[in-house]
Amino acid sequence: MKFGIIVFPGSNCDHDAYHVVSKHVGQPVDFIWHKETDLSSYDAIIVPGGFSYGDYLRAGALARFSPVMKAVKKFAGEGKFVFGICNGFQILCESGLLPGALMRNENLHFICKHVNIRVENQNTPYTNEIEKGKVLSIPIAHAEGNYVCDEATFHQLEENNQIVFRYCDENGETTDATNPNGSLSNIAGICNQDRNVLGMMPHPERACEELLGSNHGRDIFRSLTNQITELAA
Amino acid sequence: MKAKVYVTLKPSVLDPQGKAIRHSAELLGFEDIAEIRQGKYFEIALGSELSESEAKNTAEKIAKDVLANPVIEDYRVELENSRK
Repeated sequence: MKFGIIVFPGSNCDHDAYHVVSKHVGQPVDFIWHKETDLSSYDAIIVPGGFSYGDYLRAGALARFSPVMKAVKKFAGEGKFVFGICNGFQILCESGLLPGALMRNENLHFICKHVNIRVENQNTPYTNEIEKGKVLSIPIAHAEGNYVCDEATFHQLEENNQIVFRYCDENGETTDATNPNGSLSNIAGICNQDRNVLGMMPHPERACEELLGSNHGRDIFRSLTNQITELAA
Repeated sequence: MKAKVYVTLKPSVLDPQGKAIRHSAELLGFEDIAEIRQGKYFEIALGSELSESEAKNTAEKIAKDVLANPVIEDYRVELENSRK
């Protein structure tokens, strides 16, 4: 099993992801410079957080034109796992690998704090180790995390159970007060129809050791490695 | 030839930045504001050998593929012919 972490100019959570995969997941992992075009030796690709291309034009908008994104699209098309975190989620939306878009937070602030998110679907490669309804404490750190999509897309997301995480309180209640950024229907993370591509605004790679306030992020990485192991068996 | 591209949020999309700008304008004493919406404006200088329709097509393509996100934004292209 091998993980790859894409590095764009301006990525800044690539080392956090590398640390988690090598130390907590215990799997081989490479940094992949955005000019790379061959991802055939990997089982899972992480598109990390940061400010790729300085967020010029729109967050994630320019990264989608990096050479590696063609390879990421091909990789995802083969059913392999693509996991976008924060700016990675924005890039996957801009690339069309995930539906919708991430706009400026409703209150216009850059928000950096721990939030609670509820697992809405257990049947994904990223949540198979987590009970549906479980509340995870994971930090967010973004200014553009306000998820929007049109009504038809939202309907489709609900129908296909593609909404994987919702912002909630510590008891799992989703209200406007627990919605940090104005996201449609408290959406914190979604997957594609085939479930192999996941994007989320919260940072699970920053929540893998108790010293940092939470280790709930590990469940997500553990789910993914389980899935890859099962597929290989 | 210069192309001017205006990228605006779709009417259905809320604009938190526009809302904040409107609030500031109101604080300055401008009271009769129904709404302010923020957009982006681009000037693209195109090669002089392009015909008007080629220039328009090129600018439209750039607007559609790069400048605007069709999920949340609309765009409008105007040509300004500098050859007089």
